[in-house]
Amino acid sequence: MRAVTKRRTWLYFIPYGLWLALFVIAPVALIIYQSFFDLGHHFTLGNYSTYFQSATYLKMTLNSVWYAFLITLFTGLISYPTAYFLHQLKHRQFWLLLVILPTWINILLKAYAFIGIFSQAGLANQFLTFIGIGPQQILFTNASFIFVATYIQIPFMILPIYNSIDDLNPAFVNASRDLGASNWQTFRRVIFPLTLPGVKAGVQAVFIPSLSLFMLTRLIGGNKVITLGTAIEEHFLTTMNWGMGSTIGVILIVAMIIVMTLTGDKKPKGGAPR
Amino acid sequence: MTQPIIALHHVTKRYGDATILKNIDLTLESGKFYTLLGPSGCGKTTILRTIAGFTDATAGDVLFAGKRINDVPANKRNVNTVFQDYALFPHLTVAENVAFGLTLKKTPKKEITTRVANALKLVQLADYGDREISALSGGQQQRIAIARAIVMQPKVLLLDEPLSALDAKLRREMQYELRDLQQRLGITFLFVTHDQEEALAMSDEIFVMNQGEVLQSGTPVDIYDEPINHFVADFIGESNILPGKMLDDFQVAFGGRQFECADAGIPANEAVEIVIRPEDLTLTDPANAKLVVTIDTQLFRGDYYEIAATDDLGNDWLIHSVNPAEDGQSVGITFRPQDLHVMRFGEKEAEFDARLETYEGEEDESSDET
Repeated sequence: MRAVTKRRTWLYFIPYGLWLALFVIAPVALIIYQSFFDLGHHFTLGNYSTYFQSATYLKMTLNSVWYAFLITLFTGLISYPTAYFLHQLKHRQFWLLLVILPTWINILLKAYAFIGIFSQAGLANQFLTFIGIGPQQILFTNASFIFVATYIQIPFMILPIYNSIDDLNPAFVNASRDLGASNWQTFRRVIFPLTLPGVKAGVQAVFIPSLSLFMLTRLIGGNKVITLGTAIEEHFLTTMNWGMGSTIGVILIVAMIIVMTLTGDKKPKGGAPR
Repeated sequence: MTQPIIALHHVTKRYGDATILKNIDLTLESGKFYTLLGPSGCGKTTILRTIAGFTDATAGDVLFAGKRINDVPANKRNVNTVFQDYALFPHLTVAENVAFGLTLKKTPKKEITTRVANALKLVQLADYGDREISALSGGQQQRIAIARAIVMQPKVLLLDEPLSALDAKLRREMQYELRDLQQRLGITFLFVTHDQEEALAMSDEIFVMNQGEVLQSGTPVDIYDEPINHFVADFIGESNILPGKMLDDFQVAFGGRQFECADAGIPANEAVEIVIRPEDLTLTDPANAKLVVTIDTQLFRGDYYEIAATDDLGNDWLIHSVNPAEDGQSVGITFRPQDLHVMRFGEKEAEFDARLETYEGEEDESSDET
């Protein structure tokens, strides 16, 4: 009887196990394996030494990290107040749905929409002409790249922050007020520290994908910003140097692990009393 | 009389169509232990929240030391609250939790350290300052919540069912400690509970509430011995409540017979209710009895037997007796005139008090005889 139940439970693992093996473990293993081969399919550590000795690659890495940082920062600055405000609203589920809605539209469609808005004769420039500033070069600038990337990432930051605010026991706020804290003191000393896990989850959800953004850099940024994502795409599709592309992929994976560690919970605590 | 520290004047609270508090008048004197007692949903916690400043009164005045504080925000009021679920900040240590209010006031570091240490000592957790909140048991969290509030040296401490999450033994212990703490600190305590035993054991004065109204206020003994109506008699302690008729001052009829009682000032022939506490009934042989009942069943409660019986008119009786009885046996019960308490239908507290005044002196003389 026990053996049967055990086997049944084990059966439930099959879909997940297959998914894990095919789409997580195998690709990562393949990338690591490929990163040790040069163009002539010979085993080499050359890709790594090239990466660490090339100013171009290191600058590209710094670029990626810097822009991912900027995107995450702006996303966070917009998302926290938004999530906080949404949570006070009466029909918050509805307003939250409006925040989620744009994520259902393909990222490429949104990128093309922004090309239309930011182009020479686009809506943005029409408005600038109307108020007398005259048309400006908006598309293919670093600012427009950060703007669109931030726009795309915002829902992924708002959701975890909103959830952590939702989880916050209102008694904590009352207790803080009761002990003499003003609204700002309550926010700084109680609400923000207790919703920090949501912010961290948001940073993970935004920073890591931003590291490897590549379509936007071309469509909106005009390839002025070359990120690691762009480099991987070029190596796999244009130069056909799979070994080098994989090496950069490994670097990205390591970067992700570092970010996860930095934003993870320092010490696992027991369940918070509520 | 000294000036009351807290007073509510005609306080009403409505949420939409629902009226949570109906014209509450309530006065708290400095340095006493008060309890708001009532079933859940009676509005007792709303009164607490109104005094703490977490909710507004729809109408009426909240006074603190004679000043109206309706518009004073919660963080500017000199009252502190011990929350039902403690609401200790999980991201701070025990000492940081206790120090929270003091650091906001920019108190000097040295003073904070000594005051926090003293507060922790007062709740007998002197060595727990560095612990995480999640590493504490429920009873310890309870004490820290009290320490966090009293370290602020409030004039009034509000306690919102603080013992409800503790097990029975710990709860009894905390009852003693809270009472002791209140007397040592001399702070006014306003304690909210639905547990009548807790209220009777700890309070100087109890406010019994139901459906947004204060039905009766008084010392535990007054409320227990002279409940104003059926609800209070039933809610506080166990009781036998029987329909009866007032015949004359100090004479009442129920169960088909006439008895001497200790109540007066009620018009003759008015229908009333009679309360007799189970522990005031004494089993005796039928010859000397005031009433004869048949034993239905009995439960052993440790220090007494709880006996359920029926009289010949079909009224149920609950009797607490040190000695057991036999099921199905016919026994007599007896009681003293002052054990009977007569309640009029729909009598308000003010009318009740006024009526009591008119014959209080006489009652003392008559009850002295027995």
